[in-house]
Amino acid sequence: MTTARELRDLGADPVWVRIRGVSKRYGRRTVLSDVDVCLRPGRVTALLGPNGAGKTTLIGVLLGLVRPDGGEVEFAGRIVGDEYAYRGQVGYMPQLPRFPENLSGRDLFDMLDDVRGFRGEPDAALSASFELEEELDQPVRALSGGTLQKLNAAIALRYHAPVLVLDEPTAGLDPVAAATLRERILEERSLGRTIVLSSHELGSVERIADDVVFLVDGRVLFEGEAGDLLSHSGEADLESAMVTLLRRHRRGPGSGHAADDAEGAA
Amino acid sequence: MKAWQKVTRYELRDVARTRAVVGYGLFFLASTWGLLRLGGGVERVLPSLVNVTLLTVPLVSVVVSTVFLYESRAFTALLLSQPVGRDDLFRGLYLGLTLPLIGAFLLGAGVPLLGAGAATIAPSATLAVLFGGVLLTAAFSALGFLVAFSIREPSRGLVGALLVWLGLTLVYDGLVLGASHALAAYPLERPMLAAMLGNPVDLARLIMLMAVDASVLLGYTGAVFQDFFGSAVGFTVAAGSLLAWIVLPYRLARGRFRRMDF
Repeated sequence: MTTARELRDLGADPVWVRIRGVSKRYGRRTVLSDVDVCLRPGRVTALLGPNGAGKTTLIGVLLGLVRPDGGEVEFAGRIVGDEYAYRGQVGYMPQLPRFPENLSGRDLFDMLDDVRGFRGEPDAALSASFELEEELDQPVRALSGGTLQKLNAAIALRYHAPVLVLDEPTAGLDPVAAATLRERILEERSLGRTIVLSSHELGSVERIADDVVFLVDGRVLFEGEAGDLLSHSGEADLESAMVTLLRRHRRGPGSGHAADDAEGAA
Repeated sequence: MKAWQKVTRYELRDVARTRAVVGYGLFFLASTWGLLRLGGGVERVLPSLVNVTLLTVPLVSVVVSTVFLYESRAFTALLLSQPVGRDDLFRGLYLGLTLPLIGAFLLGAGVPLLGAGAATIAPSATLAVLFGGVLLTAAFSALGFLVAFSIREPSRGLVGALLVWLGLTLVYDGLVLGASHALAAYPLERPMLAAMLGNPVDLARLIMLMAVDASVLLGYTGAVFQDFFGSAVGFTVAAGSLLAWIVLPYRLARGRFRRMDF
């Protein structure tokens, strides 16, 4: 693990992110209900849960894309509220790589460099590691889905941001690019970045996640270290552990396991 | 350079190259050139160009802006995840979309007119037609933003945009005409003036036709308006009201954008 001093030398102080009591409703549907999550620097936190659990909404709250009905986000010791400057310390990889079709990858880099007021040296090796160099001058409309996803990853990692938010990062990537991205995420973790990712590819998550937040129906069913989730569920892998917890949750309090789940969530 | 200027610059670069905007510019180029070839001199062509402008500019502006915003929603969210405020982003998006539409109109309609000597033959009328088209583009583009940020579902939003166009271009005048016939026994001058201010297409028509000197095409409300205000004051009132038709939807759409979840 890199020391705090080494991190400062890299220009990236470790950042804690705390999400406290966040709730969100869309009409009559509750998407997030009193969610508390702590994202620690130097660790990869996986947001897991079935479809519609609230993972993307939670990421949206963290980034200021979704306005919560209640609760707050604390970023590096400050409550962010309506502020937006903190987003300069976040690298975001959205689930869907949708970019203006007439701009090239290089235009996109320039645009985001400009908008962020980025004065540093972008990671030159990044395009090469994702084999993007020959594609960067093509208009986005001419790029394949996989190449767009690589571009998406390169944008998120470009700014040496102390916090990385990656929504389904390996979806649509070929195995080599997915492996490159996983290696890169681990590299960023070793530099003390705070990394949160949401994914349904549990095999991939298992290899890199230190902590797990398991969301079901907008509530945190489990938050803790990945190993604890396995021992808590009595299963050998994340996929089985999720299925077991989900089934216990669906059976409700009468199952005799719900109290355990609540403990785990606490 | 401020954040909104940076967003504008890149959005403009993208939008100016979209097929819809290029096609729109070419449509006006072909229409104006065709009218000049078939219709005789600049002075005879301008009233026809006014009609093409009043029908086409609102439709293209409201539909293109609505569709563009739905298609770029994911990228808008990515921009919003950067250190940029919502107001700055909104302004950048609006200008980045509206300026290329204005540019396409000005190039498409303006170049053939200038080529035919409009700057010397009928300078004020040419300027009024182009000015009216610019204001109309800005107003209907703002209405497109309002629709896209008020209706979440793209297909419903597109229907909403078409209804805005249909309502303000065709239905509104029909309703006003119907009301004027039904209430012919009453003094309708002031209600008609108010009715005129309630429609950006009527206001643009007024701005253009008062300068083109084709008052026969002004319609009932336009004639009342011109009689009431006279040409110079009427032009100023119409232009001011049309500006309000830009500012009001812009501010309403910005309010929606501020509260919107992505």
